[in-house]
Amino acid sequence: METAIRKNIGWRLFVQTILGRAYPRVVGMSREKSWLFFEIFLPMLSVSAYVFVYRALKAPEEYIGFVVVGGAMTAFWMNILWSMSSQLYWEKETGNLALYIMSPANLMGILLGMALGGMVSTAQRALGIILLGSLAFKVQYAVGDFWQLLLVFFLAMTALYGMGMMAASLFLLLSREAWHIANLAQEPIYLAAGFYFPIKSFNFWVAAAASIIPLTLGLDAMRQLVFPSGALLGFLTVRTEISILVGLSVVFIAAARIMLAKMESLAIREGRLTESRR
Amino acid sequence: MNMRSFRTAAWLGWKIESNWTDPFLFAVYSVVKPLAGAAILVVMYSIITNGNFTDPLFPYIYLGNAFYMYVGAVMTGVSWAVIDDREHYRTLKYMYVAPIRIPLYLMGRAVARFLTGSFSVLITIVFGVLFLHVPIVLSEVNWLLFFVSLIMGVVLLALMGLTLAGVTLLLARHGDYLGDAVAGGLYLFSGAVFPLDVLPAWLRPLGYAMPITYWLELLRRSLVGSVAQAFPTLSSISNDQLLLILGGMIVLAAVIAVVTFRYCDKQARERGYIDRTTNY
Repeated sequence: METAIRKNIGWRLFVQTILGRAYPRVVGMSREKSWLFFEIFLPMLSVSAYVFVYRALKAPEEYIGFVVVGGAMTAFWMNILWSMSSQLYWEKETGNLALYIMSPANLMGILLGMALGGMVSTAQRALGIILLGSLAFKVQYAVGDFWQLLLVFFLAMTALYGMGMMAASLFLLLSREAWHIANLAQEPIYLAAGFYFPIKSFNFWVAAAASIIPLTLGLDAMRQLVFPSGALLGFLTVRTEISILVGLSVVFIAAARIMLAKMESLAIREGRLTESRR
Repeated sequence: MNMRSFRTAAWLGWKIESNWTDPFLFAVYSVVKPLAGAAILVVMYSIITNGNFTDPLFPYIYLGNAFYMYVGAVMTGVSWAVIDDREHYRTLKYMYVAPIRIPLYLMGRAVARFLTGSFSVLITIVFGVLFLHVPIVLSEVNWLLFFVSLIMGVVLLALMGLTLAGVTLLLARHGDYLGDAVAGGLYLFSGAVFPLDVLPAWLRPLGYAMPITYWLELLRRSLVGSVAQAFPTLSSISNDQLLLILGGMIVLAAVIAVVTFRYCDKQARERGYIDRTTNY
C-alpha cells in the first residue's frame, strides 16, 4: 500500500522548501567530520599568521582579538561566496538547476533555505575559530551589552545572506567565470571590510563605501561591543551601525527577490539554465 | 616525448587559466587579488607603526608575502590539476591513456599559474618600491643569487606540488583542502610574513625544517641585503650555506615526490580512482 503524501501549497510549500534546502546544508555538512576540522583549522592558520604579524609589530593586545573575531567572520564570507553566490552555478554544472526550476518549489524559498542552512552550519565553524583562537592567543573579551551584540550579529547575517541571495541570482547567468569571480572576491573584501584591522583606519569615504558589505559594519559594531577599547577604534556609533544594517537587510532581501525573478526569466529566455561551458 | 607533454600541458593550462574572459579583465583579475592581499599587511603595518615604512621589518614582511605567491601558484597549481582534470573536466582518464608522462603533464599544467604568479609578484614588488619605500636598489641587487634562488624555489615548489598531486589522486573529498592546508601551514611556519623568532620557541623547529624558510631568506638577501642582517634568526648562516641547505632539501623533496607519486599513482590505478568523479 502506498503511503499518502500530503501535498503542500502556498506558504506551507514555501516553508517546506526552505526547510528541505536547509536540511542538507546542516546535516550534510556535519556528516563529514573532517570537513568541520579543515574549515576550522584552515582559517586558524591565517588567523595565527596575522596574529604573529601583530606580535612582530608589538601591536596592542586588542588587535589580536580583532584578528580572531575577523578570522571567524571570514567563515561567513566564504560561505556566501562559495555556497550562496556560486551555488546556482554549481547546481547548473551538476544538472540540478533545471530540476529546481521544474519543481513547484519557489526559487526564493530554495535560496532562503540555502541561507538558513549555511548560516547555521557556518556559525558552528565560526564559533570553533573564536574558541580556538581565543584560547590559543589568550584573547580577553568584555561584553557590555549582550543583547545588542546578538542583535548586531543577527542583522549582519540577515543583510549578508540577503546580499548572498542577490549575488546568487546574478551568478545564475554566469558560466566558467563564476569560479574566478568568487575567487577574486576574497582578498579585496578582506581588505575593504577590515577583517584584520579596524575599518576606522581608512579614510571616512573609503570606509563608508566599504560599508555596503554588511560584514564591515557588523564586524565594527561587534568589536566595539566585545573589546574594552573597541569603541575608540569604531567607525560609527553602534546605534548608527545597527540602523544602517537594518536598511541593508531590507534593501538586499528586496533586491534579491526582484533580481531573482528577472534573472530567472532571462536565464530561461536565453537558455542558460542547462548550459555547461566548462 | 617528455618535453612535448610538458609544452602541450603548459599551453593547455594557459588556455584554461586565461580564456574565461577578455585579456583586460584577466589582467585586472591577475593584479587586484595579489595587491589586495599585500595591502592587508600594509594597512596592518601602517596602523601600528603610524606609517613608518623605513623599519627593516616592512620589507621583510612585504617581500616575504610577495614571493609567497609562488607557493600558491606553483605548488597548488600542480596538485590542483588532478582535481581539475578528474572532477571538473573529467579528462584525467584520457590523459592516462594518452602517450604522455603524467608527472610532466601535471607540472606543465602549473606553468600558466607560474606565469600569472610571476606577473603578480612583479606588480606587487614594483608597487612596493614605487609607493611604499621598499628599499630595492637595482644596482645593489645580487642578481645571480636572486635568479639561482628563484629557479631553485620554483623547482622545489613543483616537486612539493607533485607530492601533493600524488596524494590527491587518492583523495575524494579533501583534495582542495590538502593544498590549502599545506600552503597555509607553510605561510605560518616559514616566516613568510614575520621573523621566526616571533613564533613560540616550541614551534620554531617547524620553521627551520621547512625549505621555504631558506628560500625566502635567500630572495630577501639577494634583493635587500640589510633586511636579513636586521633579524637574528638566520643571520649566522652565509648565503652559500643557505644555498647548500636549500639544494639538499630540493634533493630530498625530489626523492619524496618520486616515491610518493609512484606509490599513489599505482594505488589509484589499482583502486580505479583515475576516472572517479565525486561531484566535490
